[in-house]
Amino acid sequence: MSDVISGPRRGLGRRGFLLGGAAVGATVLAAGCTSNDSGDSKDETNTKAVGGDNAAKGTQVTIGFSAPQADHGWIGAIAKNAEAQAKSFEDVTFEPVEPTNDVAAQIAAIETLITKKVSVLVVLPNDGKQLTATARKAMLAGIPVVNVDRIFDTPLAYRTWIGGDNYGMGVSAGNYIADRLKGKSNPVIAEIAGIDSLPLTQERSQGFKDALAAAGFKVSNRVAAEFTVASGQQVTSNLLQAAPKIDAIWNHDDDQGIGVLAAIRQASRSEFFMVGGAGSLDAMELIKADNSVLKATVTYSPSMASSAISIARLIGQKKGFSDLVENEVPAKITLASATVTKENVDQYTSTGFRS
Amino acid sequence: MRAWLSSLSEGGATRSIGLVVALVILCIVGLVTADTFATTGNIRTILTNASVIGVVTVGMTFVIIGGGIDLSVGSLVGLASVWCTTVATQSYGPFVMVLCALLVGLIVGLINGALIAYGRLVPFIVTLGMLIGARGLAQQIANLQTQVVTQQDFNAIADGSFLGIPYLVWMLLGTFAIGWVVLNLTTFGRRTVAVGGNPEAARLAGIDIRLHTALLYGVSGLCAGLAAVMLTAQTASGSSTNGQNYELDAIAAVIIGGTLLTGGRGTLVGTFLGVLVFTLITNLFILNNLSTPVQNLAKGLIILGAVLLQRRRSESAT
Repeated sequence: MSDVISGPRRGLGRRGFLLGGAAVGATVLAAGCTSNDSGDSKDETNTKAVGGDNAAKGTQVTIGFSAPQADHGWIGAIAKNAEAQAKSFEDVTFEPVEPTNDVAAQIAAIETLITKKVSVLVVLPNDGKQLTATARKAMLAGIPVVNVDRIFDTPLAYRTWIGGDNYGMGVSAGNYIADRLKGKSNPVIAEIAGIDSLPLTQERSQGFKDALAAAGFKVSNRVAAEFTVASGQQVTSNLLQAAPKIDAIWNHDDDQGIGVLAAIRQASRSEFFMVGGAGSLDAMELIKADNSVLKATVTYSPSMASSAISIARLIGQKKGFSDLVENEVPAKITLASATVTKENVDQYTSTGFRS
Repeated sequence: MRAWLSSLSEGGATRSIGLVVALVILCIVGLVTADTFATTGNIRTILTNASVIGVVTVGMTFVIIGGGIDLSVGSLVGLASVWCTTVATQSYGPFVMVLCALLVGLIVGLINGALIAYGRLVPFIVTLGMLIGARGLAQQIANLQTQVVTQQDFNAIADGSFLGIPYLVWMLLGTFAIGWVVLNLTTFGRRTVAVGGNPEAARLAGIDIRLHTALLYGVSGLCAGLAAVMLTAQTASGSSTNGQNYELDAIAAVIIGGTLLTGGRGTLVGTFLGVLVFTLITNLFILNNLSTPVQNLAKGLIILGAVLLQRRRSESAT
C-alpha cells in the first residue's frame, strides 16, 4: 500500500529534477495531482475512470432502517426520502422499524433488526451517544451500520457516517449576513436558535458567531425556540419587542420559521432581512417570490437519508463509489451547507422538503 | 348581592395577593432592565402570548376544581388545529374551520369525560392515553407536515384588533369572564366545587356526579378547541406539534393560581394571574437576552414556591 502512495510522488520528483526548473516542476507537480494522464507515471497513480456499474442490478440487499418519530418536516422528509430511495432499487429490500422518540424503544427496534439479520443498517439515532452500544452490537454481529446525522460516540459503532454540517450551516448564514451588512457599524443581528440543549444547536450558534466575528460583527439578541411553529411565533414576538430596530435575523430552522414569519407579519416589521435554515420548500418559495423579509436559507438537507440508503446498498454489495478512486465506500461524508438565495434557488428545490 | 361580593373577594385579590405582589415585582424588574418593557407593543405582545395558553387554563381550572386532571389538552390543541386546516379544508372558509376545531375539542373532551365518569377509569390514565393518541392522530392527519393557512379571513383572527386590543386578547378576557361567571354565579359552578370537594356529599345532595364530571372534561376540550383556533391563526398554520407541553404549562398556572390539585377549591382570577406571571417571565428573559435554562429554572422555582405557600395556607385553614 505504501508503495502505491509513494509511487507517483517519487516519479514526479524525478521528472521535476530532469526538467530542471523549479517553476515548471511545480506546475507538473500540480498537474500530476489532478490529472489522469501524466505520461509514464500513469500506471502508478490512483485513478479510475468516472462512472461504473453501480446503478446496475447487483446482489439482493436487505436494509434495516430506524429513525426518530417524525414530528416535523425535516425528520418526516428523512423517512420519506429513505423509503423512496430504497424503492428505486430493484435489488433492495427495505425493512423499516416503527419510528420512535424513545431511546429505549429505538434500541429494542434495532435489536430486532439485528436478530432478523438484515444485510446493512441505516440508523438516525435519537441520541448518538445513547445508541452507540446498540450500533456496536450490530457491527460485532457483522452488520455494517450507516450512521445518519447524529453521530455515534465511537467510529467502532459505524461503517460509514453521513450527515450535515451544523457548524458550517452557522458559518454560511453568518457569511451571508456579514456580506450584506458590510460597511455598517454595529448592526443589530438577531439569532433565533432551535432547542438549546442539543449539541447541533450549539454547533450552529458557534459557527454563526465565528463567521460574524471574522467580519467584526456580533450577535446582539439571541433566543431559543423548540423547532415548532408555535414556539417560533412566541419567542419571535418577544424578540421583536426586545429589539426595536434589527438589521438581520438568522433563524436556525425553516419549520419553526413559519411561526417566526407570522410573528414578524403580526408586528408589521420589515426593516431587516432574514436567513432561514435547513432549506424547506416553503422557505425556498418565499425566497423566490422575494416579497417577505426572508432572503436566503442555508441548507441542511434531508437528502442525506436517500444517500445513506444508496451507500448502504453499495456496502451490502461490497462495491465502492464508482467515480471515486477508493475500492470501498468512505468512512465519513459531511454534507456542505449551501446558501440558497433568489439567484440560485431553482438549483436547490429538488432537495427541498415540505415543512 | 352579598353572595356575589363575597365570591368576588374569595375568588379574587385576597387569595391571590402573593401573585399580585409577584406581578408587581416582575413589572418593576422589567421597567428597570428593559427600555421597551412599558411600550404598548410589548404589553400587547405579553397579553397575546398569554392568550392561547390562558384559554386552555380556564378549562383546566374547572377540571382540577372538579377533582380531576386533564393531560390531553396540549394534544387536543394539536389535533383540533390540524383538523381545521386539513380535514375541514381551508376552501370551506373560516367559519367551518373554527366550527370544526371547537367541535373536535368538545367531542374528544367528552370522550375523556365519558371514559372517566362512566367507564370509572382514573383521569390521569385516560387523559394520558388521549395525550398520546390524539397527538398520533394529529400527525396522521397532517401527514407530518405543517399546513400553511392561506385563508386570510381566518388569519385575521390573530392579525386584527378592536379598540387597539388584538382579537386574541379579547378572546382571552372573554373566556376568563365567562368562566368566572359560570364558576361563581351558576349552579354548574357550585356543583363543580361540590363534586371536587366531596363527591359523596355531592351525590347525596342530588348532583349527577358522573354527568357533571363528563361535562367538565367537555369544557376543557372546548377550551382546547378554542385555543387551537387562536394558535392556528396566530402561527398561520396547522401543525401536529401545536400545543406541545401545554398540559404542563396549564397545570402549573392553575396550581400557582391557588387551585388545590386535590379539587374542591380554586379561583380563575388566580389562574389568570398565574398565566400572566409565566408570560411575563418569558418576556423579561427575552428582553434581557437571557438563556432558556435560567428561564426554566426560574419557572420551576416559582411553581415550588407557590405550592409551598399553598400548603401553608391550607394548613392554617384547618
